[in-house]
Amino acid sequence: MTLVTGGVYALLAIGFSLIFGNARVINLAHTGFFMLTAYGLWYFMRNLGIDAVWAILITVPSVTLLGILAYRYLINPIREHHAAVLLMTIALAMVFQELMRAIFSSLYWAIPALIPGFTEILGVRVLNQHLLTLGIVAVVIVVVWLILTKTKLGIALRATAQDAEVASLMGISVPRTLMITMGIATALAAIAAVAVAPIWTIYPHMWTPPLVMIMVIVVLGGLGSIKGAIIGAFIIALVEVSISTLLPTYAYLKVVFAILAMVIVLSVRPGGLFGIMFEEERL
Amino acid sequence: MLRRLLNNLRWSVLPVPGRVIAIVFFVALFIFPLFTDRTYYLYILTISNLLVIFAVSWDLLSGYSGQVNFGHALFFGVSAYSVALLNKYLGWQPWMTIPIGTLIATGVGVLTCFPALRLRGPYLSLLTMAFPLMLMGLVMAFKEWTGGEFGIPGLPDLAATKVGEYYICLVVMTVSVLIMWKLTDAGSKYVRTGLIFHAIREDEIAARASGINTIRYKILAFVIGGFFAGLAGALYAHILGTVGLASLSMVMSFRAIIYVVFGGIVSIYGAVVGVYTLQTLLQFLGVGGTTFIGQNQILIMAVVVILILLFMPEGVAVWIRSKIERECPRCKLTNAAWRRECRACGANLR
Repeated sequence: MTLVTGGVYALLAIGFSLIFGNARVINLAHTGFFMLTAYGLWYFMRNLGIDAVWAILITVPSVTLLGILAYRYLINPIREHHAAVLLMTIALAMVFQELMRAIFSSLYWAIPALIPGFTEILGVRVLNQHLLTLGIVAVVIVVVWLILTKTKLGIALRATAQDAEVASLMGISVPRTLMITMGIATALAAIAAVAVAPIWTIYPHMWTPPLVMIMVIVVLGGLGSIKGAIIGAFIIALVEVSISTLLPTYAYLKVVFAILAMVIVLSVRPGGLFGIMFEEERL
Repeated sequence: MLRRLLNNLRWSVLPVPGRVIAIVFFVALFIFPLFTDRTYYLYILTISNLLVIFAVSWDLLSGYSGQVNFGHALFFGVSAYSVALLNKYLGWQPWMTIPIGTLIATGVGVLTCFPALRLRGPYLSLLTMAFPLMLMGLVMAFKEWTGGEFGIPGLPDLAATKVGEYYICLVVMTVSVLIMWKLTDAGSKYVRTGLIFHAIREDEIAARASGINTIRYKILAFVIGGFFAGLAGALYAHILGTVGLASLSMVMSFRAIIYVVFGGIVSIYGAVVGVYTLQTLLQFLGVGGTTFIGQNQILIMAVVVILILLFMPEGVAVWIRSKIERECPRCKLTNAAWRRECRACGANLR
């Protein structure tokens, strides 16, 4: 369970961290895209009866496109103002939530497992769905890692993250890079939704609990650091799962403990575990 | 005394359209109960007045001193819950619990400083956003005392009649807004806080280099913000008669931010305009809850916020004010935009 939850959080947190590191945008609508994908999957599979593979093939690219469009037309014009961006993204997430509520009502839905049944590993029964989720997570993390370190695009992304002005002097088109980043980040959120939609329930408010968790994770690991995001995700998932198994009656305390962990780390290292402290930009 | 007041009115209020609008608006609020007897309208305005205090206190903390707080509902909710708990378990009456609740919220404001002073920018926003959620977890974990998701019902009313409650909240709102306005007035001769808050927001290092103890003033900003948000929360608990998780939720925190950014950040009047357009107008239009507006309030609010951010990033109130008022380039006095020359020094405005 820790691995599954941690993996999903890691996927979400990497996307969140990427877009922050490159564009300095805190995208609170990140899990909004996650929710949209889950709803899309559910709608195509349950209501239209389309095969799972086709549902995924339709939903993930369209949500990614939506993310890029939202970035291009809503976030980019006001990228300079931190508070405005935060507000814009939260408003966007609220629009998604309300639209989903208006269209599909606020009931709870579920998607059947993509692969039914379970396997026995070392005498423990593991649902195949959980294995699939883990597989997706592992593959995607490795792919993202390879893209970031080996390809020319990855080098451009990391250069932009370090210093946008110098990157643009070196001939990298910064706005295009940022749009690609947003696309990758949204695609990661969408893939996370594909991986986890059959396990979690789908409802209009489903974007808030993971949003809080990935915020804790990303701040814990250090904003803008991919390694920090992955490690933070597994720490928080471990905390969360152990709280819900050890103290089932106090399951609500998991947020408290997760945040407590974050506060402790932040008071020791104000930039998070692997964070970059940004020099204050002064004119 | 009276003559001075009249002179002030004649020479420094009437020529400036923004001030005229503000005064007309407050007078209208004070005489509003004479025109209607529908208690529901009074109720909407009472709630709006409390939200004004809440939004303005956020503006003071985050807009003026630049400590962008994304969990302002923490102060609101702490105060509301402490009022409710004191009332339920000790049987104390509103006139005792409200000051205590406000003080507790102020104390929480001081406590938040310890982690908050070490952080800045987005880290601070995310950390403060987490605090009310942490408290929500605690409320849900100790259901036997706090009532969990059902909240604590059955708090006594503030006054015997709705009109009485309306006037209490209106007076408290007016006084609080006046105090916060004076505290943040950068041109004031008596209070330095306004100027110092501006300095901290613009450039903290430069402010420290000029000999300002920025830590102390940041704590002060948290204390003032916590105090007024707590005051609003305590009154809100008694007006509603019940305290629930909604008072701690992320939506509550974001309401303050949405109102302020809508009206115009770093301007006290902007927050007031924001609450009265977004909250009050939508409530009045959505009376009954069966109309399209009544059912999709959050959606409309979110869409309006997106449009405002794209087309008037400085806020509606500030935008309107820049259309109807103009500052004299020579003597810095505000003039109506349609005047040809400055009302004091006669400099040409066009």
